[in-house]
Amino acid sequence: MYNPQLDSDGNLKHLLTIEGLPKRILNQILDTAETFVGVAERDIKKVPLLRGKTVCNIFFENSTRTRTTFEIAAKRLSADVLNLNVGTSSQSKGETILDTVDNLIAMHADMFVVRHAQSGAAHFIAQHVRDNISVINAGDGRHAHPTQGLLDVFTIRRYKPDMHNLRIALVGDVLHSRVARSEIHALTTLGVPEVRVIAPKTLLPTGIEKMGVQVFHDLKAGLKDVDVIMMLRLQNERMSGAMLPSAQEYFKTFGLTQEKLKLAKPDAIVMHPGPMNRGVEIDSSVADGSQSVILPQVTYGIAVRMAVMAMLAGGTA
Amino acid sequence: MKIHIKNGHVIDPKNNINTKQDIYIAAGKILGVGNKPANFAPNQTIDAEGLIISPGFVDLSARLREPGSEYSATLVSELHAAAAGGVTSIACTPDTQPVLDEPGLVEMLKYRARQINLANVYPLGALTRQLNGKLLTEMCKLTEAGCVGFSQADSSITDTQVLWRACEYAATFGYTLFLRAQDEYLAKNGVAHDGEMASRLGLKGIPAAAEGLAIASILRIAQETNTKIHLCRLSTAEGVALVRDAKKQGIQVTADVSAQHLHLTDFDIGYFNTHANLKPPLRSQRDKDALCAGLKDGTIDAVCSDHTPVNDDAKLLPFAEAEAGATGLELLLPLALKWASQHKLSVLDAISKITSQSAAILGITGGNLSIGSDADIAIFDPEQVWTVTPNQLVSQGKNTPFLGIEMMGKVQYTLLHGQITYQANL
Repeated sequence: MYNPQLDSDGNLKHLLTIEGLPKRILNQILDTAETFVGVAERDIKKVPLLRGKTVCNIFFENSTRTRTTFEIAAKRLSADVLNLNVGTSSQSKGETILDTVDNLIAMHADMFVVRHAQSGAAHFIAQHVRDNISVINAGDGRHAHPTQGLLDVFTIRRYKPDMHNLRIALVGDVLHSRVARSEIHALTTLGVPEVRVIAPKTLLPTGIEKMGVQVFHDLKAGLKDVDVIMMLRLQNERMSGAMLPSAQEYFKTFGLTQEKLKLAKPDAIVMHPGPMNRGVEIDSSVADGSQSVILPQVTYGIAVRMAVMAMLAGGTA
Repeated sequence: MKIHIKNGHVIDPKNNINTKQDIYIAAGKILGVGNKPANFAPNQTIDAEGLIISPGFVDLSARLREPGSEYSATLVSELHAAAAGGVTSIACTPDTQPVLDEPGLVEMLKYRARQINLANVYPLGALTRQLNGKLLTEMCKLTEAGCVGFSQADSSITDTQVLWRACEYAATFGYTLFLRAQDEYLAKNGVAHDGEMASRLGLKGIPAAAEGLAIASILRIAQETNTKIHLCRLSTAEGVALVRDAKKQGIQVTADVSAQHLHLTDFDIGYFNTHANLKPPLRSQRDKDALCAGLKDGTIDAVCSDHTPVNDDAKLLPFAEAEAGATGLELLLPLALKWASQHKLSVLDAISKITSQSAAILGITGGNLSIGSDADIAIFDPEQVWTVTPNQLVSQGKNTPFLGIEMMGKVQYTLLHGQITYQANL
């Protein structure tokens, strides 16, 4: 089967999911991102790589953080940025996704950053845009959030450079998480030997072990001797009902506290894609503690998104 | 009008004929097979050299989209597709708009189909009003109007008390219920088989157990109430196993499988191909193998097209938002033939699953070439290779997961009541 993300020369054409991307491309993105980390520390936080290009953020689903970081990334590359919250405009008037996209193509956008509540929406748009337009998936349903996965491995690589010697645990709602899927693919592609998922059975998708992870239902056992703990967000609407009885019980069984953190390696780092539910999946003392790298994740997110955009536009730093 | 079909190879599973013979037709009926009737002077002769003469195919499940969804397809367009596919008798589902739950609607549909005169249309009436799963329809009146059975289309009766009563009432009059078994709660919002593929793609899954649970309760109730049940479109290995056991126990149950499910699995969704969004969902390789084996050993009685023409726009959406279904009338023959050849079975085995077997389930007279029966005939080239493209398809629906795939076997002529309703461009 052809890979819709690569062009005929094997270069990145769209970024839709980590799955199926070769290690070479992932490393190229991460290496390119390294060169962009410094840009934010300069007086003039801009490079001219995307000057004259128009990046269009199309958000069919609300988001503040992701949209903002994409916007900053595009602006630091000197692109013109157009933000569209479709959730609040065309879709409510009955316009189809393709009509919305066609209109933006007619306005000569060069790159689309797309978020949509349905899995596969970014693939769908990528299949229907013109050849010279690139699509970046900023989150589609439960399927993928590749820039989040990339910024997470970028962060890990910064703190734990030897990826081939790590034990990493993902904790929480894997079932509904596009972040978890992208993280798993990124970690396994980059050669992390042991990736664990820790969750109650109600929050794990069928056949998750076939994605190359070890499954744990006991947080304490799963955290033993890990180098990295990646917490996942639990959506409010899933905190009580048939998936889980209550947020309190979830915190008791799967919430990360200082005490449980001690089971991991002493130099383990703690990550979270945000926004956090303090006191539900993570205790504040851990989130704000010395082992937390949650804010650096946000900072690196901009560099990683700059790298992806620059590569799609055909340039490196 | 008298027609002589000569030099063809006749396959008539019901009468166990599988040999080179001529067929003689007069006044819309089959007058002779093999033996030329006395004083027979044909108006027309069809040379079927190298071709197979079969009873016209009998399809257990097609959506003809009228009334209510003429935007997707019309009775005219889909009956032309039926003729092009060699299908001469069609059971259509009641999930139209409005739902086929009143005798007047059924009469209108029958009348329209007779006017168009390209296939015999046998409506399945709604089992409950508006298919709401609560109130029974007037089954006797609907039967008088032309319904051959009762169905819930793709919805279920979740209330087992209602299902029990529906079975009892239908059994009172000897009607057959055509049910697609799926537990509504387990299947809620699901769009793909609950397995590795759905997990990777982030699609909400429907566990195989949703079918098994529903079959188990339907069969248990059917057994208690002594009701004739036809299970539509099995999709799982456990469904096949349950039906096999039920048949051994003597429960009055028959089953079909869609032609799509004999050849595809959830991996054919690929990169969110909406043409592979089907009801029931495409399942695992293990399920597919069990369906093929069940069809071979007779657990599954027949193959249906599950014909569902969908407008292009309704497929040009993210996977879960796209309308489910595939156009199928024109692919029924090649997909049945493909199943037979893959399992080292004969053309007769394939044809029986779409003629005599399906006709028996519907309790209709078609699906055979007996002397005196209606001359509903399909004449096809079993070895003609063709590629499925939108232009090749007569159906208004161009939606099929087989687009771009080569098929073997193509209908050359279709006859309905002794009239040629389709002739391939040679």
